[in-house]
Amino acid sequence: MKSDPHRAVTLPLLLKKEEPAPVLPTDHTGQDAGPVVPPAESVGKELSRMQIERRRSTAWDFRARGEPFVWGLGGALAVGIIMILGFIALVVYNGIMTFYPQPLEVVSLRGGGTVAGELARVESFRPGPDILQQLPEDIRARIGNDKGFARRFLYRTGNYDLYNEDFRWVPEYDVVKRSTPKELYFFERLEWGPFIGTIKSIDLKDVVVDGAALKTGTLNEAMDQAAARRSRIRQLERNEMGKINHYLERGRLALKKVEMTHGEHSPQYRQAQREYREAAAKLEAQHAELSKEAQLIKDQDSKFTVTLADVEGKEKTLKLSEIVRFYPANSLTFTDKLRIYFSRWWEFLSQEPREANTEGGVMPAIFGTFCMTVLLALAVAPFGVVAALYLREYAKQGKLVSLVRVCVNNLAGVPSIVYGVFGLGFFAYVLGGSIDALLFPERLPNPTYGTGGLLWASLTLALLTVPVVIVATEEALAAVPQSMREGSLACGASKWQTIKYIVLPRAMPGIMTGLILAMARGAGEVAPLMLVGVVKLAPELPIDSIFPYIHLERSFMHLGFHIYDVGFQSRNSEAARPMVYVTTFLLISLVFALNAASIMIRNRLKKKFFGGHF
Amino acid sequence: MDMESTNGQTVYHIKKGPDGTLLSIEHFDLWYGETQALFDVTMTVEKGFVTALIGPSGCGKSTLLRSINRMNDLISGLKTDGKIVLGDTDIYGPNVDVIGLRKTMGMVFQKPNPFPMSIADNVSYPLRVDGIRNRKVLEETVYNALVHAALWDEVKDRLRDNALGLSGGQQQRLCIARAIAADPEVLLMDEPCSALDPVATAKIEDLIDELRGRYTIIIVTHNMQQAARVSDNTAFMYLGKLIEYGRTSTIFTNPKVDRTRLYVTGRFG
Ligand SMILES: Nc1ncnc2c1ncn2[C@@H]1O[C@H](COP(=O)(O)OP(=O)(O)OP(=O)(O)O)[C@@H](O)[C@H]1O
Ligand SMILES: [Mg+2]
Repeated sequence: MKSDPHRAVTLPLLLKKEEPAPVLPTDHTGQDAGPVVPPAESVGKELSRMQIERRRSTAWDFRARGEPFVWGLGGALAVGIIMILGFIALVVYNGIMTFYPQPLEVVSLRGGGTVAGELARVESFRPGPDILQQLPEDIRARIGNDKGFARRFLYRTGNYDLYNEDFRWVPEYDVVKRSTPKELYFFERLEWGPFIGTIKSIDLKDVVVDGAALKTGTLNEAMDQAAARRSRIRQLERNEMGKINHYLERGRLALKKVEMTHGEHSPQYRQAQREYREAAAKLEAQHAELSKEAQLIKDQDSKFTVTLADVEGKEKTLKLSEIVRFYPANSLTFTDKLRIYFSRWWEFLSQEPREANTEGGVMPAIFGTFCMTVLLALAVAPFGVVAALYLREYAKQGKLVSLVRVCVNNLAGVPSIVYGVFGLGFFAYVLGGSIDALLFPERLPNPTYGTGGLLWASLTLALLTVPVVIVATEEALAAVPQSMREGSLACGASKWQTIKYIVLPRAMPGIMTGLILAMARGAGEVAPLMLVGVVKLAPELPIDSIFPYIHLERSFMHLGFHIYDVGFQSRNSEAARPMVYVTTFLLISLVFALNAASIMIRNRLKKKFFGGHF
Repeated sequence: MDMESTNGQTVYHIKKGPDGTLLSIEHFDLWYGETQALFDVTMTVEKGFVTALIGPSGCGKSTLLRSINRMNDLISGLKTDGKIVLGDTDIYGPNVDVIGLRKTMGMVFQKPNPFPMSIADNVSYPLRVDGIRNRKVLEETVYNALVHAALWDEVKDRLRDNALGLSGGQQQRLCIARAIAADPEVLLMDEPCSALDPVATAKIEDLIDELRGRYTIIIVTHNMQQAARVSDNTAFMYLGKLIEYGRTSTIFTNPKVDRTRLYVTGRFG
């Protein structure tokens, strides 16, 4: 061992002044904090010097400092975050922009003919050799310059009834002229998707007004009246006549029940039959009256028509009431655009879907999702909390409880479709089938509870999400300090009182968080629902004005399934794409709102139960 | 000890008298699983007196204290042997109503453990678990307990505030108020002042002094001066054994066992 003259001098000097033990010469401050420095004149001086040396060398060692790992971890995190953010940004951007009115372009084509529509997308493509062959020399040269690529535009042309397509690709080299004429209108119709064109003339029962001479005031007034007629017809046919049909059906079933219990020739049956006939006659009379009224309005309605013409001059006459919304896309002010934007959102949120779900609103799906989530929470909360309470507070902690815990955790990993199969097999067929046989025998063979429905879907999802609640509740219970329980027991409280007054309130934030996470998970789940009650189009909402008001047996619509259905099962996936974005945006917002609510509730409760300082 | 039953609630009455024995611990052993923590402890606690338990860390003071109100029941794998007799009942005997037993005792823990509820609700908790709902009774109890615990003046305007918002010392006095709210016979205190500043400590010592005679107090402390100041009797424990037990003046001035002298004079422990 070599001695170090420098240290030999400084060490005793420093120590004499009763200062902290000396460290290294200060060129590496920070790297050498707290090395073992022996007392002055100790034998360990040399050794300590070596230790310092070693520490210094490892401190500068690149790998020992773990730098590459930090970079790797950071990179992985960044990739994950960028992917998630990118996805969310895409959904949010498209979801927000879809309803904003776009300008309409009219394109004159090289070979004659015009195309009018909203520009949906632009992309590069490589025209095939046979197409290139037919192109003029200069265009061919230009494509050659661009390495064989040309651009093309996708226009949403609408007018599906005239041309059998909603969208049309236009290669850039075919375009002679693009313009945005002010008199071009965008019509949203009840059927056949949008119409893009001009107003040729309008027939208001006995006055025919030419499109060019039309004042917006007259048109808007006529449109409002048409909308009123449309909603009145709907009210009559869907609600009032629907209700009468419902009562007729109910009477018929009641009669059948009497027949099943008393027999066809019993006096009770004859009595019931008489009553039924009387009631039915009354109802049918009402029905006939309503349908007459509806027919009257319909006749009236068909006298108000409008004749539209597209850019190629093809005409189409339709009833005014068939038009949902129209606007001159190229002469809108910003406020006009905003008004259209919000009216579309309102329609989306408050109306029923049209056109195989690709247009209109998603209100039944929102409503169905909401009802299902609430029922799910009602079902999962007591089960999950009670199970966790028992596991954590009452069960003797041992092998068996650990096993149960592992099973519960594994339950969360079972594919959700398996739950769907179970839900269908057990809830719908076994439970529902028994309920039907017991309570609704007169409706058989038509199932009431014996098929998928709101109740079974909620219970299936409750089963699916119960592990989330159990795990969260158990953690929350375990986090309640033992000292609080002891304090309560020392006050003479029983175990149950301690749980009720101390443990549960204190664990409540954690339980709530678990519950809302379960709700968020359940609200976004689709696969099992396809088996246990979600449908593409539900004729009735699960809650309505017909006794008993809440119909848990009904099938329902769901936002998640709606996305799948619109995106992959519809006639024209290109036309449905905006709907997919908007619905996804809505569902993500819903889940996001649930999570935000959970965080807020948790923080509020936390303030209440965790505040203070020791 | 007499027992009297009023509206379904068992009430223990213990006869007064400064030299009467309230609690006697007889050959008490205790095991945490395989390790024995108490060895053959035998002592009697006099009614109305303050008894201090002293001894080095880990000697079993808390264990002994928690055995008295069967707080140790919560620990799995616990075994006991011997007797602890309260009045005339062996509290480890069969058919003992543990909850009723705990109702006759108040306990103050080393770390303040207020419940996450209002100050008033904290103090009235022992009464409310007994099913008392009468607001007047509850309010009176809260007032009395807080006054006794020297906390009333500080909290009288915020009785409905959450108790977790109090300072550490206030929380500890709140826990004392809670412990005496139901008017127990015995007050068990496990290092009640270890988290407190000297002012709060002095207040609590005053309180103990005031409660002397009304309650039987058993206090665990690491502070020799405190033990000397507040207690009438002192028990010195070491490694799970009771080494010496007697009048505080004797233990501190003229102990019989060497180890005790070393400990109380601060030369060992
Ligand atoms: N729950 C438990 N499980 C197992 N051993 C325990 C448990 N609680 C205490 N012990 C052991 O029992 C012995 C006595 O502990 P106890 O807490 O009674 O000591 P103490 O005298 O109160 O010490 P301190 O003054 O530090 O609070 C210690 O050796 C401790 O490790
Ligand atoms: Mg202790």
